[in-house]
Amino acid sequence: MGTSEMTVDEKKLLRDDISAYLERYRNKELLRFVAVGSVDDGKSTLIGRLLHDTGMVYEDQLEAVKRATNIEGEEIDFSLFTDGLAAEREQGITIDVAYRYFATEKRKFIIADTPGHVQYTRNMVTGASTADVALILIDARLGVLQQSRRHATIANLLGIPHLAVCVNKMDLVGYDKGVFEKIREDFQSFAADLSFQSIGFFPVSALKGVNIVEGSEKTKWYDGPSVLEYLETVPVDHEEHDDFRFPVQYVIRPNLDYRGFAGQIVGGTVKKGDAILSLPLGTSSKVASIDTFDGPLESATAPQSVVIRLEDEIDVSRGDMLVKPDARPRIDRKFGAHVVWMSERPLDPQKTYVLKHTTQQVRVQIDAVTSKIDLDALEDVPADTLELNDIGRLELSTHRALYYDSYTTNRSTGAFILIDSLTNATVGAGMIADDAQEAKDLDTQLAELRAGSGLRPRTQVSPTERDERMGQTGKTVWLVGLPGSGRWPLAYALERKLFDLGRTATVVDPTGEDLRSMVSAAKACTDADLVCICAFPSHSKADRAYLRERIGNDRVLLIYVNTDEALCRERRPDARFDGFEAPSHADLTIALDQVRMDDAVDMLLDLLQKS
Amino acid sequence: MSTETQSIGARLNHLRLLEAESIHILREAAAEFDRPVMLYSIGKDSSVMLRLAQKAFAPGPLPFPLMHVNTTFKFREMIEFRDNTAKELGFKLIEHINQEGVEQGVNPFEFGSARYTDIMKTVALKQALSKYQFDCAFGGARRDEERSRAKERIYSFRDEHHQWDPKNQRPELWNLYNARIKKGESVRAFPISNWTELDVWLYIMVEDIPIVPLYLAAERPVVEREGTLIMVDDDRLPLKPGEKPEMKKVRFRTLGCYPLTGAVESEADTVEQVVQEMLMTSFSERQGRLIDFDESASMEKKKRDGYF
Repeated sequence: MGTSEMTVDEKKLLRDDISAYLERYRNKELLRFVAVGSVDDGKSTLIGRLLHDTGMVYEDQLEAVKRATNIEGEEIDFSLFTDGLAAEREQGITIDVAYRYFATEKRKFIIADTPGHVQYTRNMVTGASTADVALILIDARLGVLQQSRRHATIANLLGIPHLAVCVNKMDLVGYDKGVFEKIREDFQSFAADLSFQSIGFFPVSALKGVNIVEGSEKTKWYDGPSVLEYLETVPVDHEEHDDFRFPVQYVIRPNLDYRGFAGQIVGGTVKKGDAILSLPLGTSSKVASIDTFDGPLESATAPQSVVIRLEDEIDVSRGDMLVKPDARPRIDRKFGAHVVWMSERPLDPQKTYVLKHTTQQVRVQIDAVTSKIDLDALEDVPADTLELNDIGRLELSTHRALYYDSYTTNRSTGAFILIDSLTNATVGAGMIADDAQEAKDLDTQLAELRAGSGLRPRTQVSPTERDERMGQTGKTVWLVGLPGSGRWPLAYALERKLFDLGRTATVVDPTGEDLRSMVSAAKACTDADLVCICAFPSHSKADRAYLRERIGNDRVLLIYVNTDEALCRERRPDARFDGFEAPSHADLTIALDQVRMDDAVDMLLDLLQKS
Repeated sequence: MSTETQSIGARLNHLRLLEAESIHILREAAAEFDRPVMLYSIGKDSSVMLRLAQKAFAPGPLPFPLMHVNTTFKFREMIEFRDNTAKELGFKLIEHINQEGVEQGVNPFEFGSARYTDIMKTVALKQALSKYQFDCAFGGARRDEERSRAKERIYSFRDEHHQWDPKNQRPELWNLYNARIKKGESVRAFPISNWTELDVWLYIMVEDIPIVPLYLAAERPVVEREGTLIMVDDDRLPLKPGEKPEMKKVRFRTLGCYPLTGAVESEADTVEQVVQEMLMTSFSERQGRLIDFDESASMEKKKRDGYF
């Protein structure tokens, strides 16, 4: 941090009375804001300007940037202060969330600097998740574009209370009041449906430093605050008036006499002696003490990190939540949520994911994909899945109960992330919807949870996951033919060949079974993504219709092994030949008296590949 | 805790908010990883991180050991400080030295700063993490330290070779950290990511946290090399012809290996004065570390290689 823009008073205080100066500095508030915009909006320039003008750029950095500013004699390229990874500097784009810091006498600021292109929705969401203010940029020459509306919609969805709209590049429109007012009106009419606590508008030129830190002669018609003045004074939301929520992170048990529950309060206030309800068990107790390294507290408020001890020895562990009995969260396994998809691999609604909510991880299944937001039209449209950067509405069921609030009620107890249990990647970010829920008393809720209602057991492995693991999809190759036609030798030859090719195949063996059992076995193998080969007698058309229907028509390859009947009779003189109906719709017909076994196997492989 | 958090409903100032966030991170990682360790570098950031860890688990002991990767060229006062701190606070300290490097006589003078740092610091750290099978290592890095760190996650994911892949980092939303890893993979967790250098100093003052005396100005023997003052901390520093250590009142902005760490001339012999000097002169933090001068964006490269 430097001193270039400090006030004279500040400088004097710093020089003459460092203690008084530091006293001021250590009693600052903290404000987190997300800055959204694309390269062309001048966002990097605006942030670079804020950092520079508040003295957060070091002289050596300034020198480096001056050197790097491309053209001799050009003004400083402020955007260079914020560019991050070397790879991006070369590409000239920002592809991730960067965090930047600056401070004034009043506040410390954490900026989440995110790119604004539609394909970077996930970055904006990441940056917005913790922000108190969203700062979005509009190019004064272009007016309110789709992009600006999208940014505001996402900021709103992420529960950011305040929006600051910076109408940038005012220098390029001659600081025209009319241009600014038009944009303000356009934006306000659009934002009437959104639920921001406040929306501020600022006519700025990041490049010229107009209304960023200080007001300017150039916009005499504007008497509002500069962007920095706004950031210094916009109210910071505090959670102390919310209901008390304390997700337990860690149980501290240094000896037999001490058992404390460590966590960060994510809503409300707790006092020594308060009655407490512990979820999910629903046991009650009272706060015996609120402990910290620095000594016990009479009370504690969100977002303090403390250790709570209870008067009774009740069973509490990580993942549990302490609340007050008269202000319970929702307790359920089923809920709706807006989910932002963050992975290149689309949502697989048949698969189960790991959901992390407060301090617990549970398995979750997708009951329905209701809709997604069309980010161009900003409307809900029907959807079957979510792809990277999609924001959709899902219905979810968790395998254990969650104790949650809607996201609009509490941004901590209403938020979750989804993790792919195979890759461990964070693939989704969820905000629990504000759906109406019938009021139930605690005992009823807990009884329902214990009864396991509301969750139908089903496989947690989706067909897609299975396919990926196996590298193949399941098929039943069913060989039909007369006794002695060579179906079984062909079946085993095919199995061996598939195995040699790295596929997983099995022959379902007939010993002492009936057709029904054989079909069930074949179905199970096919479900497990095996290539299942079966030559069990299925003489009649009805038999074949049955097996096709049971296993799934598109998963069955029916092969007619049409070996010369005379040869068959010669091979199996004692077998029954009556009642055999030749299939009329076989996928392939092979006469093993005319084709060599190896060639027959190759024909089957060919068919499998095509199917 | 000082009085400002004792009053009911009082707004927490920014240091208390940062503190609460850091404690949350420390507890999350300690709860979700099997074998965490704290990388203790003895510097001021480590001192703050250590205090935060004490706060996170009080009145219990730290649920993980501290580990110091000793390059063998650390300032003597650092080692002294480290051993005293371990004794006083009673935590478990693991010291790791790359013995192969020692046997090969690796030093910053003959091998060059880049190779020396790689062998004695980067390789040594990887050796230690593999040896003890740690799956999470706390580090005291801050995002404001260097431009390439601005995008670093709180949980920085490393593959089974301890390498950092910028494309393979997980999005971090709210305060929900994803600690799921496969065997052999690990995470570097940075509890003080959101602190700035000024925050660290203010916290040291407010909390009265002990720091290595080298941060404060004192008369010390130094030689000037390429505009940088190097302290002659022991007789291993080869003096060039005509070079003679001079006593100067100097302090260090960062602490590392003494032959690679530049001193600044200063009169500041209290923490307050250090902060005052820092605010009034403005040079970025790593200016004093010679290892950064080699190439632009060198931090990013080192991180890819596994340097902390």
